[in-house]
Amino acid sequence: MSDNGQIDVGYVAGLARLELDPETKVKLQKDMEGILAYIEQLEELDVSGIEPTAHAALLTNVIREDVAEESFPRATMLANAPAEIDEELIKVAQVLPGEGMS
Amino acid sequence: MIKTDLKTLTVHAAADMLAAKEISSVELCNAYIERIEEVDPKVKAFLKFDKEDILKRAVDADTRRADAKELSPYDGIPIGIKDCIVTAEQTCSCASKLLENVVSPYDSTVVARLKAKGFIPTGRLNMDEFAMGSSCENSAFQKTANPWDLNRVPGGSSGGSAACVAAGEVPVSLGSDTGGSIRQPAAFCGVVGLKPTYGRVSRYGLVAFASSLDQIGPLSHDVLDSAIILDTIGGVDPKDSTSLPEPCKGFADALKGLEDKDLSGVKIGLPKEYFDTEGITEGVRKGLDATIATLKKLGAEIIEVSLPHTKYAVSVYYIIATAEASANLARFDGVRYGVRKDAGDLIATYFKSRGEGFGDEVQRRILLGTYVLSSGYYDAYYLRAQKVRTLIRRDFEEAAKKCDILLTPVTTAPAFEFGAKSDPLQMYLSDIFTIALNLSGACGISLPAGISEANGMPVGIQFIASPLEEEKLLKIARIFELNRDQKEFAPKL
Repeated sequence: MSDNGQIDVGYVAGLARLELDPETKVKLQKDMEGILAYIEQLEELDVSGIEPTAHAALLTNVIREDVAEESFPRATMLANAPAEIDEELIKVAQVLPGEGMS
Repeated sequence: MIKTDLKTLTVHAAADMLAAKEISSVELCNAYIERIEEVDPKVKAFLKFDKEDILKRAVDADTRRADAKELSPYDGIPIGIKDCIVTAEQTCSCASKLLENVVSPYDSTVVARLKAKGFIPTGRLNMDEFAMGSSCENSAFQKTANPWDLNRVPGGSSGGSAACVAAGEVPVSLGSDTGGSIRQPAAFCGVVGLKPTYGRVSRYGLVAFASSLDQIGPLSHDVLDSAIILDTIGGVDPKDSTSLPEPCKGFADALKGLEDKDLSGVKIGLPKEYFDTEGITEGVRKGLDATIATLKKLGAEIIEVSLPHTKYAVSVYYIIATAEASANLARFDGVRYGVRKDAGDLIATYFKSRGEGFGDEVQRRILLGTYVLSSGYYDAYYLRAQKVRTLIRRDFEEAAKKCDILLTPVTTAPAFEFGAKSDPLQMYLSDIFTIALNLSGACGISLPAGISEANGMPVGIQFIASPLEEEKLLKIARIFELNRDQKEFAPKL
């Protein structure tokens, strides 16, 4: 945690797939530095030998029968899609760079 | 039926009136619809509201009751639903531009269980975007006002859920609580808010914010109504593997006949770190003092306890909650549903859709969460926070050995004015009394204890009990509620 303040919001936004305009980036950089400086207080605690708590419910694996269930009608699911093709497929942007597909 | 009744009408009182045929479900729903049309242009608790659907369900409920086939004593009673809990064939936007106009094809488990008892899901309630915030100011669509003072926030993130009950627009509502998002707005709006034990209530159909902390619960006029709703929505669900197998029934029955009961033999702990917190206003202090006086008068023993890791709770919470949020919100990419901003290839479309779709606070938390999970920082932040979470959980376990329940403030001050907390860290720090409970998995309830003289705003107090001890929590809260100085809390609106 020693290199706080070195957070590069532009880099982290790339990891999170967020497009930030320059003004927002400057603001968020400042916000992040402030928040991280506060969070640094956790360094003062000795946590050696302490087990982490990942979850509040003390449950382990829950297993159910593998049974096929009814799914939603295609039209219902496509109704929320931003773009579709032939009332059958969700239309997405080109995934790989190169020539457009026809 | 006179309109002023609606402001404090409880679910159980409405059920009695329906049973006695003093009122029909259609009349009840029409009265609430009129009230919504009258006050919601000012309160702005509802994002969406389908009058025809509500009245159709009310007609069905009346038909069932006429045939003596009512689904439960509550058949035909409306309940407001926070906009992150899905209802079939209704929109679920989480108050985000990115999900504007997305229609849920299915019912969340809680809504399905409410419908099975005849409750009528009423409208979509405003919230901070993706439940991230403490004032409802982070909604992409509108600012909900506090019915006690329209210049003040209703709290958050379940601000719409608290405001609509306080304003008498519905008798009860559902919210969700990740770090205080039910209890804090309940305190700000002078209503009861229950955060059940983690796992009591299925999260199936709740849009995930921080999965290890999120829990659905009711906001109501009194403790009995919260118990009625917990009975209805709780219990194991095959669709949520973190739902607990323990039975979640009979809480409302357990609260019957408490009118002449006292609290002799009950030990109530006051965590000294909470009471020593800087900045607790006089109004909140007086509310706590009055509560302690009432509890003592009822025969309870008041002792001091310690939760030594309290000061680390905000840091732990904002690491764990944002880490989980950054993973949960990765699914919103504008591909399968929601708003897509085309930008050439697929990756660029992700960037643009998420950049334009998410509001500032959501972006801030995604960034923080992504950072604390990123290569080289995981051990220093996320893993360390999980270890401190263990220490915080142990604090509560140790305190529970010394007393039955804890009494704490909910917030340092009553509801603040719009725009009063513009610094994000300052807003995060205001969650200090509510977030440790989510980290520990315990249950808690916020209920009104008085009115702040300085500004006429309601003041809330919080009771906290160990995981799965809702019965004890609700009983003590109910006995307090029946004996506190001020019986009813209703805004002038």
